[in-house]
Amino acid sequence: MLLVKNGRVIDPATETDAPRDVLLDGDKIAELAQPGGIPQDHSTEIFDATGLIVAPGFIDLHAHLREPGQESSETIETGTRAAARGGFTAVCCMPNTKPVNDNASVTRFILDRAKSTASVRVWPIGAASVGSKGEAIAEIAAMKQAGIVAVSDDGKPIATAKLARQVMDYCRSQDLLVIEHSEDVSLAAGAVMREGVASTRLGLPGMPAAAESVCVARDVQLAELTGARLHVAHLSAKASLEQVRWAKQRGLRVTCEVTPHHFTLIDEDVRYDSRYKMNPPLAASEDREALIVGLADGTVDAIATDHAPHEAALKDVEFDRAPFGILGFETALAISLEQLVHTGRLSLARMVALFTTGPARVLGIERKITAGQPADLTIFSATRQWTYDVKQSPSKSRNSPFDARAFQGAPMATIVAGRIIYKM
Amino acid sequence: MTYRFRDLLALEPLSADELIFLLDQSRPFQAIQRNPLKKLATLRGKTVALAFFENSTRTRISFGTAASRLGADTMNLQAESSSLKKGESLLDTVHTLNAMKPDCLVMRHAASGAADFVARHLDIPVINAGDGTHEHPSQGLLDALTIRDRKGSLANLHVTILGDIAHSRVARSNIHLLSKFGCRFTLCGPAMWVPRELESIGPPGASIRRVFRIEEALEDADVVLVLRVQTERLHEPALPARDYILLYQLSAERLRLAKSDAIILHPGPMNRGVEITPEVADGPQSCVLEQVTNGIAVRMALLFLLLVGGSEEEAHPAAEMQEPGERPSTDAKKDPSHAAR
Repeated sequence: MLLVKNGRVIDPATETDAPRDVLLDGDKIAELAQPGGIPQDHSTEIFDATGLIVAPGFIDLHAHLREPGQESSETIETGTRAAARGGFTAVCCMPNTKPVNDNASVTRFILDRAKSTASVRVWPIGAASVGSKGEAIAEIAAMKQAGIVAVSDDGKPIATAKLARQVMDYCRSQDLLVIEHSEDVSLAAGAVMREGVASTRLGLPGMPAAAESVCVARDVQLAELTGARLHVAHLSAKASLEQVRWAKQRGLRVTCEVTPHHFTLIDEDVRYDSRYKMNPPLAASEDREALIVGLADGTVDAIATDHAPHEAALKDVEFDRAPFGILGFETALAISLEQLVHTGRLSLARMVALFTTGPARVLGIERKITAGQPADLTIFSATRQWTYDVKQSPSKSRNSPFDARAFQGAPMATIVAGRIIYKM
Repeated sequence: MTYRFRDLLALEPLSADELIFLLDQSRPFQAIQRNPLKKLATLRGKTVALAFFENSTRTRISFGTAASRLGADTMNLQAESSSLKKGESLLDTVHTLNAMKPDCLVMRHAASGAADFVARHLDIPVINAGDGTHEHPSQGLLDALTIRDRKGSLANLHVTILGDIAHSRVARSNIHLLSKFGCRFTLCGPAMWVPRELESIGPPGASIRRVFRIEEALEDADVVLVLRVQTERLHEPALPARDYILLYQLSAERLRLAKSDAIILHPGPMNRGVEITPEVADGPQSCVLEQVTNGIAVRMALLFLLLVGGSEEEAHPAAEMQEPGERPSTDAKKDPSHAAR
């Protein structure tokens, strides 16, 4: 038994925002009660959450754990330790491993490794096409049986509209989520950042916002055609958000996520430092503003990290040659507090929803603090001062543009299945 | 005044005064180019590493000659002979070069920002000899020196740039330098090569406009900078040469639309008959060979400043070789665009 005492429970699913004690019994939540309302005996472990916020366990819809195949950049063990430090209790891992997670054997391998090495729950996402090559549909049903929670060819879009349509048709019949990395690859070819004044000044090849939004337009229309559940990954452009808004107004089953870096940094922040290189690239100031509006008004369903570790040997090269992607787990909450809550743009409850009920609904699952639910909790401070030092990260990689940034607010404890797996 | 940076990576961050200082420091070295004996001993015992990760003939020879005329030794690394093809990273390559203890690294690279990236990892001065489509600062300086010599001042000139400006590091360095002296820019070329964003890359208040008709672009021009329509690097998108010639080739007839004393610059190598007609290239308004000579003077000044660190108060290394009246005038301080001639 673990008793989380004196915390402020914020649970968007039950619209709770009040002082509550939470009793965990094994891997389930046993009871939620007024402070002091739960009798305790000497065998009960106590976590004093005075001054802290107790939320349902955070879910990250978008991460790269690099195992199998790129273990020098990250493993399921190191990645999930970093996730735990970021307050995440579950992470969905993208299939662009080596080999690609496009069949049930790889899915089972990932889940086996997770079982023996992971700190948090690992929910694999399977490839939509064989090898994510965009030619033939992957063994989606077999992977679903093995435990995938969605399909995606992340890193790139499903190559053709025709295949995307077929995948959506098929996944609809299997009640499986399709996650799209929406990008017109011809418009984005060769680009290393967003096209604009900054890219022109730096002389770096840029992709226009339309590289994303024309593909989002394709994908939402295919979602309408097929009735599939479509989730737009790491949405970065205002025009793409408008496509999602349009889809939601039509009642389509379309959702989207936004990363902390896209609502924090813009193309003008890019320097010749590959820690500013990710895909989609940092967007324009007006895109950033539109994303914050979308996060507040519900157009955006989830905050996802797109945690993309790359070891220094790969990343510490000329900007052009560096792979896309940055770390995300350990800074996601602190950045969200900084950019969304401390600025007054979002309520704390809305921000919590974007990490909990929001991603849960995208996946079609529940996430709330009531008796009988899985004992996954994220306990955080909205005020604690700290400075991110990437050298202390359990991740194997160091590619974060937020290194040395001072924050206000931090994860204090992460509880998965009733066990405290991280405590600051 | 001294040069306050360790490296020369770009002209964008330099102030007008600093740019004038660099140009003034180049003047005595211009005089040396006219001497029968051109060699100084100023950098004797120093070694300049020339690392050209992208093909270059003239810039490499120009820096090499500048180093040797200052008495320095050079170490040469060319892309063909480098270990990059064997999979070595840029960082490993430059660390290896650095371990041979050069006093300065001059580098060219196809990636924008490559010199900036390398400079962050080395403790010796780095001179950017062209990085991708970003900047080519020594070219910008030698162009400005040439313009100042011909026009007497850099102030308030109308500069027209023709060609693929989006992919031109020479154009960027020229814009960053000359716009600090009130020069107005007209950029002209096929629309895909002259994106709207270029109008905003200069310092606040810079006057940069785009024009798609060469006749309009040349009107009232003091300086015409013709860019090479490159065949070795892919243009995005490719355009048929015949279309380019039809619309944008600088011919004698078109040049008549510019001011009668307009001068023509070209960073070379020229594609005669493509971006420029032979008649214009060899005409009296063309400065292309002066640019080449001035390139050595500018590069001598840069190597001298970064390796020894000069200031106006100290005697210039080329002083003993100067003819009377060639010393930088103190008036230069009052009017930063004034040529000390």
